Amino acid sequence: MSCEEKEPMKILVCIKQVPGTTQVEIDETTGTLKRDGVAAKMNPFDLYALETAVRIKAAAGDGSEVTAMTMGPPQCESVVREAFMMGVDRGVILSDRAFGGADVLMTSFTLAQGARKTGPYDLVVCGKQTTDGDTAQVGAEMAEWLGIPHVANVKSIDDVGAKAVSVTVDLPDCTVAERIPYPCLLTVEKGIFEPRLPSYRLMKATADREIAWLGLKDLDDTDPKHYGLNGSPTQVKRIFPPDVHVEHVSIDGTDEEKAAKLADFLDGRKFLQ
Amino acid sequence: MSYIKIHQSKIADREAAKALCPFGAIAENAAGELEIGAGCRMCRLCLRKGGGAFEFVDDSAPGVDKSKWRGVAVVAEVGPDGALHPVGLELLGKARELAAKIGHPVQAVVIGAKTGDAVERLLAYGADEVYVYEDPAFEHFRIEPYANALEDFIEAAHPSSVLVGGTVNGRSLAPRVAARFRTGLTADCTVLDMSESTDLDQIRPAYGGNIMAHINTPRHRPQFATVRYKIFAAPPKGEPHGRVIRRSLAAERLLSKIEVLSRVQKSAEKGIEEAEALVVCGRGVKRPEDIAMLRELAGLLGGEVASTRAVVEAGWLDPKRQIGLSGRTVKPKLIVTCGVSGAIQFVAGMSGSETIVAINSDPKASIFKIAHVGLVGDLYAIVPELIARIKAKKETK
Repeated sequence: MSCEEKEPMKILVCIKQVPGTTQVEIDETTGTLKRDGVAAKMNPFDLYALETAVRIKAAAGDGSEVTAMTMGPPQCESVVREAFMMGVDRGVILSDRAFGGADVLMTSFTLAQGARKTGPYDLVVCGKQTTDGDTAQVGAEMAEWLGIPHVANVKSIDDVGAKAVSVTVDLPDCTVAERIPYPCLLTVEKGIFEPRLPSYRLMKATADREIAWLGLKDLDDTDPKHYGLNGSPTQVKRIFPPDVHVEHVSIDGTDEEKAAKLADFLDGRKFLQ
Repeated sequence: MSYIKIHQSKIADREAAKALCPFGAIAENAAGELEIGAGCRMCRLCLRKGGGAFEFVDDSAPGVDKSKWRGVAVVAEVGPDGALHPVGLELLGKARELAAKIGHPVQAVVIGAKTGDAVERLLAYGADEVYVYEDPAFEHFRIEPYANALEDFIEAAHPSSVLVGGTVNGRSLAPRVAARFRTGLTADCTVLDMSESTDLDQIRPAYGGNIMAHINTPRHRPQFATVRYKIFAAPPKGEPHGRVIRRSLAAERLLSKIEVLSRVQKSAEKGIEEAEALVVCGRGVKRPEDIAMLRELAGLLGGEVASTRAVVEAGWLDPKRQIGLSGRTVKPKLIVTCGVSGAIQFVAGMSGSETIVAINSDPKASIFKIAHVGLVGDLYAIVPELIARIKAKKETK
């Protein structure tokens, strides 16, 4: 990492609590979601963001600080506590009835409001995506609300400088090395670093650490129409189970006959050209 | 404002009412009344199942004047060498279909350092208008100038819908500009349709593909949607009829704080997304050395070997070969799965394949539900025999 003069950095990591499994099903008779005994957990992609932030803090100047911020119902406190166990210094929870039902635009807006209130930050780190919404778009929208540049699909942190961070971006056909001055936002790939396990020592040491709880009235913009469902341009019209039914044939016989029939089928469909 | 109102008097069974919400957002407040908490995702299941106790109240201000937003636009991505990403043509085909339903034009937007070839192809495939932003500043994808160009296009053309390829760059550009216009974005749509009101009907998987959501953007324009590569088919070529509109940005709008230090090309090995045939290695393959057999079969079929997540996690194959929600989405002409159970996360990444052949020893494996041709049996018996038969057939040709 860089040997130029170090300065303390303020780093923000956005995290989310997600269902413990994506194996949710829709009960077709009642139309409800079946989520039996599903515990909530930290979005797995966020572990990479947390690890990245903690490593950047270690490479930056003394006095650097990592803040983990989440938005959700009160029980999402557990993911902030988990972040503390990975070495995060401060926790922020955005929780208010007015924030409920937020789509990508409103989620990113609320996070940006929280970042403005608790920042400013030099660097914001987000995971690639969540496992429940799967949109992978909140980070870029948050950067737009904050008016800072962002770089997505970061696969390595190459240098942490006093004024800028150098990263490598993973594209399908190439990798691109880029240097981005602070303040900026990065979304990091799964596997950028191996996330550390939560530390028992830190669990004990941070058990009483205060978390900043922010509701609507604590933010700069206190108009409830600008949050949650009310501010969300997209509306979910309905949810339904995926349709995976297709016509199919099965090939029977001995293994040898099956192989022969399949070879004939592939030949007939011109796959052996 | 819109919200869900609870009629407390109509609630017969409090516990049952609370249980209606899959997200646990219905809870009792200090006054002992039920209320909707911050966990609400507006799935509205409580409205359907709550026996009238839950009401959706919508008294929001009317939205934009939709008649002022015309056109289905496609952001067609080009590389530094000017090569058009094929998802651009797939989206153009879909845009033509959507625009025809409401009599709107199809617009394409090209942003790059070299655009000539892409513009010609977009015209050949039926774009009515091609907006071109060509400048050396666009050689590498850097978010600020790209977002400024797309913003300029939207202000100039006022498209009703904007379709963006779900590529790495598209997934960065679309949200950035959607936020700039304070409008809706639906990521990774798998089905798109157009309603008479010009509202785009967007269907996308959520929860790892276990649930499909139908999403609208009823009061905002433009409506942004991203679609991954190989979800839609490329359209047939037509007679070029469209016009080209060249636009430029002021110098300061071309600036980026991001400095590209270097660009390193990866090896030109064909990715699984480009392969016309795939042979998939699943958990039924017992040892890493047995993949050689699948590789041979793939070679005979003119394709590549791909895999499930478990195989990649075991370190047997490169993550680039992984199919599924946490891997790649593929749509080959032929896919032969060997020892693949067919978990929904896997299926979501390959269900668009034209012909699906499944070999699995478990007759109950869910892969058989989507396979066009199913073979229940031991892949260690069937695959070597199949290789021998194919070789014999090839020799007689």
